Amino acid sequence: MHPEAHTHPDPHPARNATGARALRIGIGGPVGSGKTALVAALCRTLAADLRLAVVTNDIYTTEDADFLLRNGVLPADRIRAVETGCCPHTAIRDDISANLDACEDLEADLGPLDLVLVESGGDNLTATFSKGLVDRQIFVVDVAGGDKVPRKGGPGVTTADLLVVNKTDLAPLVGADLSVMARDARARRGDLPTVFLSLVEDPAATPVADWVRGLTKE
Amino acid sequence: MSTTLLLLADGRFPAGGHAHSGGLEAAVTAGRVRDLDDLDAFLRGRLATVGLVSAAFAAAACAGGDIHTLEAGLDARTLSPALRKASRAQGRALLRAGRTLWTLPTAERELHHPVALGVVAAAAGLTPAEAALTAAYGTVTGPASAAVRLLGLDPYATHALVARLAPDCDAVAARAATVDDLPACSAPLLDIGAETHATWEVRLFAS
Ligand SMILES: Nc1nc2c(ncn2[C@@H]2O[C@H](COP(=O)(O)OP(=O)(O)O)[C@@H](O)[C@H]2O)c(=O)[nH]1
Ligand SMILES: [Mg+2]
Repeated sequence: MHPEAHTHPDPHPARNATGARALRIGIGGPVGSGKTALVAALCRTLAADLRLAVVTNDIYTTEDADFLLRNGVLPADRIRAVETGCCPHTAIRDDISANLDACEDLEADLGPLDLVLVESGGDNLTATFSKGLVDRQIFVVDVAGGDKVPRKGGPGVTTADLLVVNKTDLAPLVGADLSVMARDARARRGDLPTVFLSLVEDPAATPVADWVRGLTKE
Repeated sequence: MSTTLLLLADGRFPAGGHAHSGGLEAAVTAGRVRDLDDLDAFLRGRLATVGLVSAAFAAAACAGGDIHTLEAGLDARTLSPALRKASRAQGRALLRAGRTLWTLPTAERELHHPVALGVVAAAAGLTPAEAALTAAYGTVTGPASAAVRLLGLDPYATHALVARLAPDCDAVAARAATVDDLPACSAPLLDIGAETHATWEVRLFAS
């Protein structure tokens, strides 16, 4: 071995200006908050402008992928499912190898891509993506889980690059106060952005799609 | 070099192992493994077959054996296409991790897991005996930790079982590192289970 010649190659090189690899955005959040619905909306809205692909980590391997296929938002070859061995957070944080393989295989098979969305398996408020896997992360919570969720904090709510509070259409039905959620999110997140969304009322996920578009131009 | 050995054998080493059950998920669903006694038998069977073969190939690769010959040898010994795929997926993950930590003598991106383990162990400065031990230990601890997750087994009892298997693990590794001819033991139920598992709609583990 020649230690002097050893450069410790970075296993996941940073994105560079020449677009050597796609921008990777992680989408995390509790079960049922609307991650898959958001991925589908982003695909519908962005597919015309961006070359994109999706990696899903649902504990039931084919569930999320099937949803995307059924809704015709992406052809099957643009979706990869990763098995997570009962530990969805391990696959996106502690041992990201299967997700890295999936991202790299998509680009190897499909040619250059602009954007890969990585949906985590539904987990709790403590799950976040490794920076070795994604460039940015979105955390999705919903109002049906109660307006206390932002106050509870946790790494997802506190540190995600974008917090999405989804299902605002349900707020009156569950007695959730959106202004309380907005105030608590600000307190937890400082200057980091939070958007309120209802995918029922805005199936294009406009504010999230705009945020993603902004990133792809950076 | 013992700390390096511990590092490589650690279940938390990010080499993709957490998503593989070593055939346990198929065995659990088929009703063949339900409790700690079943797991004991499953692990002993696995160690004596797949464990010995993996350990011998890891030792041979670590000792500088020709990678392509070893790859062909493992292909011939791995009947199930699903298991060949699972082995290569784990080998790829291990090479990714190993390449980040040490200087590997090969640019190969994907190898069978035991071969990758031998290559990475050698690059880390470990001996063939240590590579064999890491392989034998992994064939036991992978399914053991999957059993805790799939069956909700008591983690203390499961670790006590692994501790009871430690002498067998040592013996398999020692034999693997000294055999002249690479062994070819097989476990047909693991092959069959892996093929069935690969067709399931719903599965929690990759293999
Ligand atoms: N009312 C309402 N339902 C939604 C909204 N977004 C998603 N859903 C529904 O919430 C359920 C769970 O969504 P899904 O995307 O599968 O959640 P995931 O587990 O986070 O991927 C589905 O039945 C969706 O149709 C929304 O904005 N409003
Ligand atoms: Mg989902």
